[in-house]
This record gives sequence, C-alpha cells and structure tokens, in this order.
Amino acid sequence: MLEKLVPRGSTYAADIDLLFDVITYLVGFWFILVFGFFLYCLFRFRRKAGVKAQYITGETHKQKMAIEVPHYLILGCDVVILIMTFFVWHKVKIDMPTPDEEVRIVAQQWAWSFYHAGQDGILGTEDDIATVNELHIKAGTQYKFHLEATDVMHSFSVPIFRLKQDAIPGRIIYGHFNALDTVIGEWDIQCAEMCGYMHGGMGARLFVETPEQHAEWIAANTPDHLKTASIAATTTQESKEDAKNG
Amino acid sequence: MAEVATQTAHQDGHHDHEEPSFWSKYVFSTDHKIIGFQYLFTGLAMAIIGGFFSYVFRMQLAFPGSSVPFYGVVSPAAYNMLITNHGTIMIFWVAMPVLIAALGNFLIPLMIGCDDMVFPKLNRLSYQIFLLSTIVLIASFFVPQGGFGGAWTSYTPLSAKAEYNGTPFGAPLWLLAVTLEIVAFLIGGINFITTTMNARAKGMKLYDIPMVVWMIVIASILFMASVGPLVAGAVMLFFDQVLGTSFFDPAAGGDPVLWQHLFWFFGHPEVYVVLLPAMGVVAEIMCTFARKKLFGYKMILYSSVGLGILSFFVWAHHQFISGVDPRAAYLFTTTTLLISIPVAIMLFAFIATLWGGSIKFNTPMLFAMAFLGEFLIGGVTGIWLGSSGVDVYLHDTYFVLAHFHYTFVPIAVIAVFAAIYYWFPKMFGRMMNDTWGKIHFWGTIIPFNGIFLPLFVLGASGQHRRIYNFQNFPDLASENFQDLRIFATGSLIVLILFQIPFFVNFIVSLKRGEKASRNPWKSNTLEWVAPSPPPHGNFGDELPVVYRGPYEYSVEDREEDYWPQNQPPQAAARS
Ligand code: HEM
Ligand SMILES: [Cu+2]
Ligand SMILES: [Cu+2]
Repeated sequence: MLEKLVPRGSTYAADIDLLFDVITYLVGFWFILVFGFFLYCLFRFRRKAGVKAQYITGETHKQKMAIEVPHYLILGCDVVILIMTFFVWHKVKIDMPTPDEEVRIVAQQWAWSFYHAGQDGILGTEDDIATVNELHIKAGTQYKFHLEATDVMHSFSVPIFRLKQDAIPGRIIYGHFNALDTVIGEWDIQCAEMCGYMHGGMGARLFVETPEQHAEWIAANTPDHLKTASIAATTTQESKEDAKNG
Repeated sequence: MAEVATQTAHQDGHHDHEEPSFWSKYVFSTDHKIIGFQYLFTGLAMAIIGGFFSYVFRMQLAFPGSSVPFYGVVSPAAYNMLITNHGTIMIFWVAMPVLIAALGNFLIPLMIGCDDMVFPKLNRLSYQIFLLSTIVLIASFFVPQGGFGGAWTSYTPLSAKAEYNGTPFGAPLWLLAVTLEIVAFLIGGINFITTTMNARAKGMKLYDIPMVVWMIVIASILFMASVGPLVAGAVMLFFDQVLGTSFFDPAAGGDPVLWQHLFWFFGHPEVYVVLLPAMGVVAEIMCTFARKKLFGYKMILYSSVGLGILSFFVWAHHQFISGVDPRAAYLFTTTTLLISIPVAIMLFAFIATLWGGSIKFNTPMLFAMAFLGEFLIGGVTGIWLGSSGVDVYLHDTYFVLAHFHYTFVPIAVIAVFAAIYYWFPKMFGRMMNDTWGKIHFWGTIIPFNGIFLPLFVLGASGQHRRIYNFQNFPDLASENFQDLRIFATGSLIVLILFQIPFFVNFIVSLKRGEKASRNPWKSNTLEWVAPSPPPHGNFGDELPVVYRGPYEYSVEDREEDYWPQNQPPQAAARS
C-alpha cells in the first residue's frame, strides 16, 4: 500500500512495505470483525418497549472462553507479525552489508552536511566532496553511512528509502542503504527529530543518480589538482561504455 | 480570622448552620466535591487554551504564512511553542486533572459511600500546588524570548541548553510547571488509594467497588510507580538548564539518550494512567444505559492490572531508531505486541456487555459508545507502530500523530464529555438538555474523524511531525496533500464551533435545567443514593450500607431492572 503513496527507493523498502501490508490485512480483519460486531450489538440491542435486558455475568466458563479463545487467535497473529518484524528489522538495522561506498552525514542546527567519497571512492581522503543539504548517490550501490550530530538530536529520514535514524551528538551511528535505479531523480530528506527553531525547515535533497551521472557530478566537483589520480578510472569507464555500445 | 473559624466549624460537620463565606466554601474548601470542581474547571479552562493552540497551528499548516484570525502570523518559534504547549497542556493539564483529579475527587467518596477523602487537607494542598503549576506554565508563555518549543517530550540536549533551544526562561519554567504538576498528582494519588482502601461503606467488598473507582486507583498506582525516574530526570535537567551541569551533555561526559529513557519509562505508563479512568467512566455509563451487568468484572480488573504491569516494559518502543542498541527492538516489539492482548480483552468484554442489553442512546451513552469505536481505531493503529520494522518508516510521522490522537481524544475529550453529561445531575442537581447534547455529540464525532483520518494518509506519505510549513519540502508540497491539510483544519473549525452548544447547554442547565432527582438514570452505584447535589458530608447522617456489587441490572425475577448497591435484600423480596 505504501508504494502508492511514496515510491520504493531502496532494496529494503519492499520488505517494509510487505510487513506494512501483512499488518494491514491481519489487523484489518480483526478490526472489521470487532467493529462490525460492535455496531451490530448497538443496533440489535437498542431499547425496545417491553424487552428486558438479559442478566449475563461473563463469569461462567463458557462466557470466559468466548473472550479468551479469540485472544489465542490474536496472539497467533501477533506472533506472525513479530517473526516478520524480526526479519525486516534484522535486514534494515542490524545487518551491515559490505559497502561499495561510504558517506558521512553530519546534522547540525539547521543544516545537513554530506561528505562524499570522491573520485578515489574512499571516505576521509583529500578528494572527498563536501556538500550542504545535497546528498548525491549512485543507484544500485551499497552505501554505508556514518551519521553524526554536532549539537542536539536530529533524525535522518528518507521516506523513499523507508529509512530513519536519529543522530546523536557525541556518537557516530552506522547504517546502510542501496538505492534502486527506479528512483533516479531528486527526493526529500527530512529531519525527523525536533531540533529547535528551524527544525521545520531542516530539509535536504537526495539525488539518486546513474553511475554515469554520478561520475560526472564527481568530476565536476573535484578540484583540478586532485583529478589526475582518477583519470584512468574515467577512461576505463568510457571504454566500457564503448564496448557496450559497439 | 473569621474565615479560619468558619472553616474549622465547617469541617466539624454538616450540622452547623452558619453560612460559610464564598472563600471558605469554594476556594479554601477541603470538601472533596469542591476540590473536584476546582480541578474540573481548571482543566476545562486549560482545554480551551490547548484547543485554541491547535486551531492556530492547524491554520498555519493549512494556510502557511498567512495571518491567523485571533492570533496573527505564526513564526517558526511560535509554531514550536504552540505544539509543545498544546501537547503538554492536553496531557498534564486536561487529561490528568479532569479524568483523575476531578472525577477521582468527586466520585470516589460518593461511590464508595463515605463522607470525604481520608486526607482532606492534603487534598486541598494538591489542588493548590496544581494551581501554582498552572500559573507557572501560563507565565512561561510570556517571558522574554517566549515559551518552550522543544516538544512535549523535551528531548535533551535541546531542552538542556538555552543556546540550543533559544528560550532561556521558557524552558526552565516549563520544566518547573510540569514538575509541580507531578507533585500535585503524587499527593492526590495517595488520597485516592488510601481512601478507597480504608473508607468504603460497610459491606463493600473489593469486588463491589465500581469499575471507575478501581480504574482511578490502579491509574494512581501506575502513576506513582512510574513517575519517580522522571522527577529525578527533571531535577537533573533543571540543573543542566540553570546551573550549567552536564548530565545530558555528551561534550562533558553526559548522556543525551538517558533523558529519553527516563521520560518514556514514565511516558508510556502515563497513557494508561489516563486511559484507565476513561474506560471506567465508559463502564459505568454503559451498564446503566444498557441495563446490563458488566461482562466479566474480574477479567476486566485483572486485565487492567496486567496491562499496568506490562506497560512498564514497553517504553523503548518510542526509541526504536533513537540510537539505543538495535537489538533492544526485539524485546520491546515483543512486549508492545503482547500488550495488545489485555487491551483487546478489555475492549471485547466491554462490547460483550452490550450483548443482550436494552440500550438507550442518550447523550452520555452516545459519547461512551463513541469512545469504544474511536479508541478501537487508536488501539489497532498502534500495532503498525509497535512493529519496529514498520516503525522505521512511520516513526515521528503524522501516522503516529493520528494514532495517538485516536487514543487521546477519545480519552480526554469524548470520555470526558460522557462523564460530564452523565454526572452533571449529581454534580449540580440539574439535568442537561439531551437534544442539544446530541447535536453537540454529532458535531464533535464527525469532524473529529474528519481531522485525523486524512492525517493517517499524510503520515503514511512520509509527512513528519512538528514542522511548521510543509512547503519547505518539495515532495510534500503537492496540491493534493495541501487539500488534505486544509480539510483537516476545516474539520477542526467545525468541531470547535460545535463546542458552543455544549458550553451554552452547560451554563444554562446550571441555572435553569430541569431539577434532577437523586437517581435520574436509575443506576445502582452509591453516588445516586446521595441527594443531587450532595451536601457537605454527602449522605446526611447515615452512611449507606452495601449489600451487592455495582452492576446488578436486569436481575431475573425482579420487577425493577436495577438493584441499588445499598438496597437491603428484604426490600427486594417486597418489590
Ligand atoms: C481535537 C482537538 C485536537 C487537535 C485538532 C489536535 C491537533 C494536533 C496536531 C495537528 C498536532 C501536531 C502538531 C505538529 O506536530 O506539528 C498535535 C500534537 C499533539 N497533541 Fe493534539 N490535537 C487535539 C487534541 C489533543 C488532545 C485531547 C491531546 C491529549 C490529551 C493531544 C495531545 C497532543 C500531543 C501530546 C501532541 C504532541 C506535541 C508535540 O509534538 O510535542 N491533542 N495535536
Ligand atoms: Cu530537526
Ligand atoms: Cu509508549
């Protein structure tokens, strides 16, 4: 259901959406049943002249069972939801796939700084590309992010990825995402934790790019004196393209 | 001095005929009913402020940047302050005082058949501290640089340092107000528990106690057991704010996440603290107007105790993504889904009570039934959020917001209206107008759903809370979304307009309503034995004696379809 509202943009988005749907069906079933029964009672037992209410204590064995038994079934549904939740949670928050790329995200009142690995593909080197309120990533690439905050709590939320993680001053929190190539384009990043005066304006843009677009962006943002090292990389990239086309 | 003299004379008993002065009768009274009214009217006045705040910020969301009638342009700082204090007021200054303090004070002595609380002076002190807390909170809106805007959860380190929150006076005053409020309720809670345990009418055994009294007692126990860590946290936070300590500041070795644990360890039980009394109110009203015995009294009672205990083990479901070890989510998802069981048992038992009933739909019953229906929506939507896997996406979105308003509005608005319409005759000795009551009912319930159903959709679309203008986020700025926001705000305005019939009905009925008999609803519980309104001392010279449980309606072989708790069995044979 969620994908109708917000496109699925990461490898784990479909898992979260599936869990959402399963809960919707299970809970929806019980909700309709109970709500329907409730409305039925209200209608059927409305006051009618000459009809006296019944004396039912709810304490006989049979009556207690009438309440208890549905709750074993509900418990069963809970268990299904739980098990699925464990799998999804493991995939999104516990598991850490081997990254192809890393990116550092720093939240502060009231802006996002992003440190991209740059041409050498290694974070924390001279050619890193730092941006404010713009995150550029390559679709189909496994990213590991390092999330930091400099002042108060913030929260890094990317609705198309179904991803959210609080940023805590004094800590580095790691997480991962891998964008699908179906969402090439520009998307919202929101801060999802109240962080003071301009919390309501603390957005950033996520650019999901094809490898070519991404390489172009990196090239355009790398200072000339750092470019040499990776000319080779670009040329091999180009020759690969040629090979494909030819 | 004369005042003191009247007051002591007053306390000595209802035999003295000296007219007490206005001050001793209404302001410094130790009469549990008057203290209940003080809490009720303070709570309703605060509801008006909290409701006005929601009007202002909903207008800002529907028409960003425009000048809101009766307020003006809403700056980001003002927006934050309005939502923060809306939430704070609605929970600490409306739900708590009305559902626990007002109803607890008014109802407990009457329903258990005694003449007053066991600690009347402590009771008066409780209200006085509460009033002080109210004044401090309201003052905090007007200090230089404005009221606190760090959300009602007041997460650190934002709330701890003025350089971060920008409100050097507003933040500590807000914290002081909340702490005082908590102290007031600790004092009041002692009274509710001791009175119920020690001052019951002769013959009233534990299982003869009306459900609403049990619920208020269990809620008070939950509150007292959960609030300790929060008070400790509040003191530390206050030190951080005004003395410059660093309990929550990581740069100096503090831990900013600690506050979240202390807050939610209290905060989650707190939702059951306000839920239980509301369920109790609904139980009383439902049994009376369906002429039915409560289905499974003991089952409901034990479930609510189980619910209370479990509620201490779920707090971190508010913190799935807050940087605590992600493995903790396995535990807290499990406890959170488990808690659905006792809640569901209670709701099922309530609905089962309707089976075989003879339901009369007057205003209090309509509100009571609406509580069940709407709370059901609030309850089931909690399952999506309790599942950590989905919460990654939904956390801090309007889905959460709509979910908890579907629990809090039934609790603090719908059940409160049910209680007022139901006990008004006992409180003030007159009846409220039922037709206007029904108009008020539909005018409240329909727009309530109109406000919050669209917000589920917006939340599922990734719209986050606490944001003053969604035009700042291109993906959320679409016209469809804005239409939903305008629809929600429009519904709110309709809802607000339909509160006018309520206030008019309330005030006119106070003076000119039809005079109420002792027991206008033919109900069983003891408050209906006392005159309407009950005098000081409640029952006159002789306290009632209890012979049976509170819900003996439609007992077979009896002509009357009710059987008051205090009616001796011989009288039954005669009837
Ligand atoms: C029917 C009238 C109400 C309306 C229209 C309303 C609307 C809202 C809205 C739109 C917000 C979110 C603002 C934002 O995050 O930007 C909000 C927040 C909140 N509301 Fe209400 N509300 C109402 C009644 C209540 C009641 C009765 C309670 C509780 C008893 C309550 C408790 C809260 C809380 C705790 C928050 C969170 C504040 C925060 O984020 O710090 N509200 N309300
Ligand atoms: Cu923020
Ligand atoms: Cu909770």
